[in-house]
Amino acid sequence: MKSALKLAKFLRPYRMWALLAPLLMILEVAMDLMQPRLIERIVDEGIAHGDTSLVTNTGVLMMGLAIAGAVGGLGCTVFATLAAQGFGADLRHTLFRKVQSLSFGNLDDLETGQLITRLTNDVTQVQMVVGMLLRIMVRAPFMLLGSLVMAILTSLQLALLFLVLGPLVLGLVAWVINRATPMFRLVQAKLDDLNTVMQENLSGVRVVKAFVRADHEIKRFEMTNDALMDQTIRAARSVVVAMPFMTLTVNLGIVGAIWFGGLQVTNGSMHIGQVVAFVNYLMRTLMSLLMLSMLVMTIARAQASADRIQKVFESKPEIENRPAAATTFAPLGRVAFQNVTFSYDSDGHDPVLGGEGLSQGISFVAEPGQTVAILGATGSGKSSLVYLIPRFYDVTAGRVTIDGIDVRDVDKDTLRRNIGVALQESILFSGTIRDNIRYGRPDATDEEVVAAARAAQAHEFITEFPDGYDTQVGQRGVNLSGGQKQRIAIARALLFKPTVLILDDSTSSVDVETEGKIQDALARVMKDRTSFVIAQRISTVLSADKILVLDDGRIAAEGTHGELLASSPIYREIYESQLGDGATNHG
Amino acid sequence: MAENRSGDRGGPPITPGGGPGRPGGFGPGPGGPPGMGMMGSTKRAKDVRGTVRRLWGYLSRRKWPLIGIVALVALSSGLNLLGPYLMGIAIDVYISNGDVPGLIRTGLLMIGAYGVASFALWLQGYVMADLAQSTVRDIRNDLFTKLQTLSLRFFDQHPHGELMSRLTNDAENINNVLNMGITQFISTVFSVVGVVVAMFLINWRMALVTAITIPLMLFLSDVVAKQTRKGFRQQQETLGDLNGIIEETITGQRVVKAYVREQAVIAEFDVANHKLRRASTRAEMFAGFMGPMMNLVNNVRLAIVAGAGGWMALQGFATVGTIASFINYAREFGRPLSQIAQLYAQIQGAIAGAERIFETLDEVPELTDAPDALPLEKVAGDVVFENVCFGYEPDVPVLKQVDFHAEPGQTIALVGPTGAGKTTMINLLTRFYDIDNGWIGIDGNDIRQLKKADLRRTLGIVLQDTFLFSDTVMENIRYGRLDATDEEVIAAAKLANADQFIHRLPQGYRTGLSERGSNLSQGQRQLLAIARAILADPGILILDEATSSVDTRTEKHIQEAMLRLMEGRTSFVIAHRLSTIREADNILVINDGEIIERGNHQELLARKGFYHNLYMSQFRGQHQPGPEATT
Repeated sequence: MKSALKLAKFLRPYRMWALLAPLLMILEVAMDLMQPRLIERIVDEGIAHGDTSLVTNTGVLMMGLAIAGAVGGLGCTVFATLAAQGFGADLRHTLFRKVQSLSFGNLDDLETGQLITRLTNDVTQVQMVVGMLLRIMVRAPFMLLGSLVMAILTSLQLALLFLVLGPLVLGLVAWVINRATPMFRLVQAKLDDLNTVMQENLSGVRVVKAFVRADHEIKRFEMTNDALMDQTIRAARSVVVAMPFMTLTVNLGIVGAIWFGGLQVTNGSMHIGQVVAFVNYLMRTLMSLLMLSMLVMTIARAQASADRIQKVFESKPEIENRPAAATTFAPLGRVAFQNVTFSYDSDGHDPVLGGEGLSQGISFVAEPGQTVAILGATGSGKSSLVYLIPRFYDVTAGRVTIDGIDVRDVDKDTLRRNIGVALQESILFSGTIRDNIRYGRPDATDEEVVAAARAAQAHEFITEFPDGYDTQVGQRGVNLSGGQKQRIAIARALLFKPTVLILDDSTSSVDVETEGKIQDALARVMKDRTSFVIAQRISTVLSADKILVLDDGRIAAEGTHGELLASSPIYREIYESQLGDGATNHG
Repeated sequence: MAENRSGDRGGPPITPGGGPGRPGGFGPGPGGPPGMGMMGSTKRAKDVRGTVRRLWGYLSRRKWPLIGIVALVALSSGLNLLGPYLMGIAIDVYISNGDVPGLIRTGLLMIGAYGVASFALWLQGYVMADLAQSTVRDIRNDLFTKLQTLSLRFFDQHPHGELMSRLTNDAENINNVLNMGITQFISTVFSVVGVVVAMFLINWRMALVTAITIPLMLFLSDVVAKQTRKGFRQQQETLGDLNGIIEETITGQRVVKAYVREQAVIAEFDVANHKLRRASTRAEMFAGFMGPMMNLVNNVRLAIVAGAGGWMALQGFATVGTIASFINYAREFGRPLSQIAQLYAQIQGAIAGAERIFETLDEVPELTDAPDALPLEKVAGDVVFENVCFGYEPDVPVLKQVDFHAEPGQTIALVGPTGAGKTTMINLLTRFYDIDNGWIGIDGNDIRQLKKADLRRTLGIVLQDTFLFSDTVMENIRYGRLDATDEEVIAAAKLANADQFIHRLPQGYRTGLSERGSNLSQGQRQLLAIARAILADPGILILDEATSSVDTRTEKHIQEAMLRLMEGRTSFVIAHRLSTIREADNILVINDGEIIERGNHQELLARKGFYHNLYMSQFRGQHQPGPEATT
C-alpha cells in the first residue's frame, strides 16, 4: 500500500479535477436517490387523489432529475478521465526522466526488458486504477454509510444484526485478500516464465529454425503455458469464493431481518413498512460492500505495478556530479590512468559487461595525437578500462585524469561531450542514416555528415542505397549488415568531434581491408587527438602508438607492435595464433 | 469482411516512416533488442463480428463447462428472483396474519434458496476460471505454434515487443473479459428476456410504453460506442508510438548517455506522451460516458413508467400494483444492461487484442512444404547453386546470378567485403528465405522440393552470434540432438574443446546459463555452438563468420574443433581469417552479390585480382615492423 500512496503525489496537480469528479458523482447518486421519493408521490398523492397534473408534472420533474443526474455522471467521467490521464502522463514523464538520469551500473541492475515493462504496462495499470477510484471512490463509502445510518434510524433492534454480519463480511474479505495476494504473485512469476520462453524463442529464431526445433519449442511453451494456466485458475478460484459468500451472508441477514422483524410485527412492536425499509437498506449496504471489496482488489492488483515503479524511483544514480564539478572543459586530450582499480561488484551486481573489473592498479598515459590499442581476451577488462574515461562507471580506487583533471571533477555531460564512443554493440535508432550519424550533433551540416561517413568508410555503401543518406534504418535494422552498422556507429562517433575517441571493438564485423582504410582515415582525422581502440583482432592494433595487452584485469604488456613482438610472450602467442603461420609462409 | 486481412506477402510493404510519428525498429543484428513498431495493418477495416465469432469458436471447444455455466447462471438468477418473491409472501401472508410457523417455514425456504443460489454462483465462478483460462491457454498455444511456422521475414518486420505484447497483454485482456463478461452476458440475457416476458404478460400497454426507451438506449450506445472505438484505435496507435520510443531509447540507453542526448530524448518522449494523453483522454472519456448514459436511460424509463403509468392508472388502463411491479421490472431490466455497459471499455480492449492475435494467426507461413515434398535422409553433400538471384526487397537485388558447385567433402570459403552477400547465400541454402530465380540443389534435389525440416536437419549451422537458452550447459548442447544421452553430449563437448572450460564452471554441465549467455565469453559460447553442431552430426556444415571477434586464447581451441567438425563434410565457411580460408578447397570471392573470382588460395593469389588485394591488405601492417624484423 505504501508505494501506491507514494505515487498519489502525481495526482496533486490535478487535485481540482480529482475533487470535482467525486462531487459530481455525488450529484448523480443524489438524483438517483430522489427518484423513489417522487414515484411514491405519484402513487400516494397523484393516483390516489386522481390528480392528473400532479402525475404529469412529477413525471416531467423526474425526467429533469434524470438529466441533471446524467450531467453529474458525465461530468464525473470527464474530470476523472482528465485527472487520471494527467496523472498517467506525468508519472510516465517523471519515470522516463528518472531512467535517463540513471547510470550504466543502474541499468545493469534494472535490466532493459523490465524497465520497458515498467514504463509501459505498469504505468497504464496504475493509471487505470486511479481513474476507477475517482469514479467510485466516493460512491461506495457514501452509500455504505448512508444506508447504515438509515438502517439504524429505521430499527435499532434489527440493526444489531450488523454486529454479526459486519465482522463476518470484513473477516471474509481480509481472508480472501490474504490468501489471494501470494497466489497472484505466483501468477506473475509464471507469466515471467512464459515471457522468457517467448523472448528466447524470438531472439533465437534462427537457431530454432536451423535445428528444426519448432516442435521442441512448442512443447516447452505448452508446458510453461499450462503451468501459468494452472496457477491462474488456482488464484482465480481463491477469489471466486468471496462473491457468493458475501451475497449469502447478506441474504441470510435479510432472512434474519424478516424473521426477527416478523416476530416483532406479530407481537406488535414493529410495522411492516419498517421491516421492508430495513431490508432495502441492508441490500444497499451489500451493494456498497461489494463495490468496496472490488475496489480493494483492484488496488491490490495495481500494488505490484506501483511497487515496481517505485523501485525505479528509488534507485539512486550511481554516477552523479560532484558539487563543484567544472562545466567548462576543453582538454587537449592527455589521458592518464593512475593506479586505477575497478570492480563491478561494489553493490553486489553481476559483472554484466563480461568483465571482471580491473584488479591491480592500472597506470598509463595516452598523449594527444596518440592511438592506444587495447588487446586482450574477453573478460580481461578492456571495456571496463575505457568506460572509466567518460564515467560510464567510476573507479573503485585511483584516478583517471584528462589534462591532469580528475574526470570526476568535471560535469558528466560536459565531460562526455569531449569523448566519442562507438560501443561494442552498434545500436542504431529508427530514422534515416543521416539522423543516426548526426545523433551526437543534430546541428551538423550535410557536408560534415558525409565527411564523417567517408572517414568511417560508410559513404560508399550508403550512397548505393536508393535513398542514400535518407535511407531509413528499417525495423530492427535488418537491412544493414553488422559491419555496415558498425561503420555508421563509427561515423557517429567521429562527427561528434571528440577530443578522445573510443572504439570498443567496433570494427569486429568489418572486413580487414575496410578496417585498414578506416584506420588510415582515423589517423588523419584524429591527428591531434587521442584514440583508444579495443580489439580482439591483431590486425586492428598493428599500427597503434601504444598497445596495452590486458590479462585478467592487469596490464600484462605495454609497447608498440615491434617492441611487444620482441618482448612479450603473450603478445607473440596472440600474434601467431592469428597471423603467425601466414606470415611465415608468405611474408 | 473476414477476407480483408493482410498476409505476409500481400501485406503492406514495410515502409519505415509510413506511419505518423516514428516507425519502430532499430538495433543490432541477430537476437538484438526488440523495437516497437506500427503494425502493418492498423488501418485495415476492423471486423468486430468476425473476431467475436472466432473467439466463440475457441470457447465452444469446451461445450460441457459452457453448458454447465449457462445452467448455473440460470439457476442462480432464478433463485435470486425467488428470494424476493418469498419475501413478499412472508410479508403479505405470514407477518400480516401473525402466522409464526409459516414465517419460520418461509424463512427456512429462503435460506435454502439463497444457499443454493450462492453455491451455484460459486460453482459458476469455479468452472468459469477454468473455462476462461483454458481458452486463453489455447489461444496462446495457437499463437506460439503459429509463430514457429512464420518466416524470418516476418520476424524481421515485427518487433519482438509487439509480438510479446500479443502473447501477454492481449491474451490477458481476453481472459478478463471472458471471466466477467460471459456470466454477465448470460445473466443479462436471462434477466432481460424474463423481465420483458413478465411485463407483457402483466400489462401489454405499459410494456409497450416502457419499450419506448429501447431505441433511445440503442441510439445512445451506438453513438458512444462508435466514438469509443475510434478513440481506442487512436489511443492504440499513439501508445504504439510511445512504446516504440521507450523501447528504443531504453535499449539504446548507453548510446544516449555516451552522446549526452538525455534532454533531446526526453523532449521527444514528451511529444509522444502528450499525444497519447490527448488520445487516451478522448478514448477513456467516451468509454466512461457509457455508464452515465445508460443510467440516464434507466431513469428516463423510470420517469416514463411512473408518469405514463400514473396517467394510465387514472384512465383505468393500469393499477397501482402494476405500476409498482413495473418500477421493479424497469430496474431489473436496466441494471444488467448498464453493467454490461460498464464492461464496455474492457470488452473493446479485449476485442482489439483478439483482433491483433487473430491477425498474427492469419499470417501466411511463407515457406511451406510442397504437398509432395521429398524426404531427405543421408546426404553425400553435393551442393549446387545455379543462376541464383535474390533480394530481400523486390527492387534491391542482393545476389545476382550466383553459380557454383561444391562436391561432397569439400570446404568452400566465402570471402568478400561486408554486405557482399555471403550471409545471404547461407540464408538461401537453409531456406530461411526462398530464391527469386534460379536453382539450388543438394545431391541433385531442388531444395524447394525437399521437406524443410529434413533439409535443415541436414545442415549444421554455427552462427556468428551463438544463441543460448536459459537452461543448463548440458541442455544447451543437447539442443543439437534432443535424444542424445548425457555421455554423447559430453563426448561432443570434448570434441569441441569445450569440456575443459565447462568443468571450470561452478556446476560443470549443470551450470545454468542466462538468456544472452552473458556469463560466458563469446569464444566459449561459440565452442558450445560447435558442440551443438557436432552432436547434430549434419551432412553439410555452415560456419558463419565464426572466427571474428573471438578472444584469442580460445581461438586455437575453436580452430581445432572446427577442423574436426568439418572433416568429411561439405562445409561452407564465411570468414575473414585468411589462415582458415587458405585451407579451403575452393574459395568464392564475392563482391556486390556476384562471385567475381574462384579457385584455391594459390590460384587466386596468382591472378593478382581482388583476392590478391584482400590478401595483401590483411598483412598491410606487417610491412613496417613486420615479422621479418623478428625472425
